[in-house]
Amino acid sequence: MHRTLEPFKTRTATALVDATLKIAIERTTATAERKRAAALSDFPEFDAARDRGRRIKDHVIANLDHYLIEFERNAKAAGTHVHWAATADDAARIVIELCRAAQAKRVTRVKSMLGEEIGLPHALAEAGIERVETDLAEHIVQLGGDTPSHIIWPSMHRTREQVSEMFRKAHKTPHEEETIEAMVESARRELRDKFLSADVAISGANFLVADTGATCTVTNEGNAELTTTPPRVHIVTAGIEKLVPSTAHAFAMLRLLVRSATGGDITQYTTFHCGPKSPGDRDGPEEFHIVLVDNGRSRMLKEGLKDMLRCIRCGACMNHCVVYRQLGGHAYGGVYPGPLGAVLTPVFEGLEKARDLPHACTLNGRCQEVCPVDIPLPTLLRGWRDRSWREGLEPVSMRAGLGLWAFVAGHPQLYRLASAVAVRVMRLFARGGWIRSMPLASAWTAHRDLPTPSRKTFMELYKEGQRSQGR
Amino acid sequence: MEPRPVTSASPRVGLFVTCLVDAMRPSIGFATLQLLEEAGCQVEVPTAQTCCGQPAFNSGDTKAAARLARRMIEAFEPFDYVVAPSGSCAGMIKAHFPEALASDEPWRKRAEALGAKTHEVLSFLVDVIGYIPKGRSFAATGTYHDSCSGLRELGIHAQPRALLREVVGLEMRKLEGNDVCCGFGGTFCVKYPAISNAVVEEKAASIEKTGAEILLGGDLGCLMNMAGKLSRRGSRVRAFHAIEVLAGLGQGPAIGEEG
Repeated sequence: MHRTLEPFKTRTATALVDATLKIAIERTTATAERKRAAALSDFPEFDAARDRGRRIKDHVIANLDHYLIEFERNAKAAGTHVHWAATADDAARIVIELCRAAQAKRVTRVKSMLGEEIGLPHALAEAGIERVETDLAEHIVQLGGDTPSHIIWPSMHRTREQVSEMFRKAHKTPHEEETIEAMVESARRELRDKFLSADVAISGANFLVADTGATCTVTNEGNAELTTTPPRVHIVTAGIEKLVPSTAHAFAMLRLLVRSATGGDITQYTTFHCGPKSPGDRDGPEEFHIVLVDNGRSRMLKEGLKDMLRCIRCGACMNHCVVYRQLGGHAYGGVYPGPLGAVLTPVFEGLEKARDLPHACTLNGRCQEVCPVDIPLPTLLRGWRDRSWREGLEPVSMRAGLGLWAFVAGHPQLYRLASAVAVRVMRLFARGGWIRSMPLASAWTAHRDLPTPSRKTFMELYKEGQRSQGR
Repeated sequence: MEPRPVTSASPRVGLFVTCLVDAMRPSIGFATLQLLEEAGCQVEVPTAQTCCGQPAFNSGDTKAAARLARRMIEAFEPFDYVVAPSGSCAGMIKAHFPEALASDEPWRKRAEALGAKTHEVLSFLVDVIGYIPKGRSFAATGTYHDSCSGLRELGIHAQPRALLREVVGLEMRKLEGNDVCCGFGGTFCVKYPAISNAVVEEKAASIEKTGAEILLGGDLGCLMNMAGKLSRRGSRVRAFHAIEVLAGLGQGPAIGEEG
C-alpha cells in the first residue's frame, strides 16, 4: 500500500497507551460479542448452518473457474460490463479509467474493504476526483483522514465524543444537541446533496450470484441504494472469492454473516444489483460495471491458504481476539486487521514486511471457534510462522536461542542437567517466593513476578525416590 | 523398557511431567502421580522425556518440533495411556504431533496412535477412568480459568468442575471471561510482552472481581502468568493447579510462596 509504517512494536506501544482508543474498542467489541451470543442463542440450527456455509464456500472455491465463467456470462447477458483485474493496481486503474470515461468530478462510495484493499481512496485522490464516503462510519474515517480500523465498524477507533467534535468542525450546519440522533442528522444534511449530484457510484459486494449475474450488498443505513441509484455509472469492485452459486446460497450465507457481524437476524437493507437500468425503468445507472479482483487470491489457493478464501468478512474473529481488543485495527498496519488480517496482510504486502502479524497471536483458538465458516485461523497463522522460519526471516537471536534449546531438549540427560542448573541459578534471584527481576527474563519480569522454581526438579526428586508431595 | 502385560483393572500410564512442572513446580507432578495411583493406575515416569516441542512448533521451527515429537513418541509408545498435567502439552501431542510429522507417513501414523491415548489429567480422571475423589476438604472460595488449548483442542470444561465440586468446603465462583485467553501464549508472552501484559492485566482484574481467595486452573504456564500478575498488583489471590487441591495440597504453599 501507499504508506510508510512505524515498526509493529512501535505501533502497538502507541495503541496500548491510548486510553481513549481502549474505551472506543471496548464499547464496540464488547457490544458485538454480547449481541452475537444473543443472536446465536436464538438460532439453534447455527451449527448446521455453519457447516452448510463452509461447504458452500468450499464448493465454490474448488470450482472457482466454473462459477467465474458462469457469473460473467449471466452478468453480460444482463447488460453488465465485466472487467478482470489481476492485481490491486490493475483494479484501481480500471476504476479510474471508467471514472474518467464518465467525466466524473464527484464519486460516491459505499463502504467496501475490497475498495480499501485496492487503494481506491488514494487512486481517486491522485486522479483529482472528489470522493464522498456515504457510509456514516466511513464518513467519519474520511473526516479524520485515516483508515478503517475494523471491517464492520470502520471508525470504531473514535468515541462518539470525538465524532461529535469532528462533526462540529467539519459540517456546515452541525448538530446542536449532543445526541446520536442529532449527529446522524448532521451527517445526513451534509451528505444528502452529494448523494444526488455524484457522477459515478462505487460499491463493493458481499456476494456475487453466479446464476443471475447479480451482486448482493448488505447495509444498515440504506446508503447502498441511495448511492447507486442516482449516478449515471455504477462500478462494483469485488474479490473473486465472493461468488455463490445462486440467490438461495447467498441467503444461506447471509444468515451466518449478519448474526456473526452485528448480532442481527438480517441487515436493514439487502440489495441486489443486476445490470444497468432497463428500458422503461424509472431510475438506476445507465452503465453498470463489475471489476473482478484476484490480487493474490489464486495464489492463496496454491499456497495452502485455500481455507481463508471462505471468509465472508463478518469481523467476529477480531471482536473475540484478545490482541485486537487491546490494539484496535490500526496497529496491524494492513487493510484488514485482527486474526483475518494477520493471515491476509502477508499475502498482500509480503511476509517479510508483515512477519510480526502471524506471531502476535496467542493461538488461543477463539477466532476459529466464532468463525461462521470455521476457518482454522490459528493453523493458518502457524503456517506463516513455519514459512517465516524456513525463509530465514526470523531474527538471528531467536533462531540461535531456540536452536540451542531444541538441541538440549533432544538429549534427555543434558536436558536434566540444564534444568537442574537453571532452577538453582534462578533461585539466586528470588526474594520471598518471587523473582521480581532477573537477567534475560525482563520480558516477563517487567510486567509480572516470576514464581521461584523448586529447589530440585521433579526428575531429580523422582530419581531420589520421592513419590508424593506430602511425604 | 519392556511392555508388561496389561490388565484392564490397572492401566499402565506414562506420566508426562512437562517441562514447566519439572522445573518450576514439581508438586503438580507428584499430585498427578498420586491421583493416578489412587485411581488404580500403574504409573511410570519415562526418563527419556523432555519437552513436547511446542515452543519450536509455534515458532515455526517445524523440523525441530518433528525431531522432538519422534523422541516423545518413542518414550511413551509402550504405555496404555499418556497423561500430562497440562491441556496445552497434551494438546500438542494429540492435535499437533501429526501435523509436525505430516510429511513422514510412518511417523505420522505413530503420532496419531499416541495422540489417541494421550490425555490431560483432569479429563483423564473423569472421562477415561471415572475417578472422582470424594471427601477431600479445602475451605476456601475459588474461581476457575479455562486454559485455551485444553478448552478448545481437548474439550476440557466440565471435568475440572465435576472434580472440584466434590471438594468439601470449596466454594467455586464464576470468573467473568473464564474462556478468554490470559495472554500467556507460550513464547508470545516474551515476544510481545507489552500486549501480553495488557491482556493479563484485564484477566487479573476479572479474577480479583470474583472476590475468590484461590485461582485454579489446569495449565502451569497460564497460572504462572496470572499469579505473577496478581502478585505484581499486590493482590492477595493465591493460585494452584486444580490437581494440587484434589491431592490435598491446598494447605501447602501456593504458586510463588516459599515451601
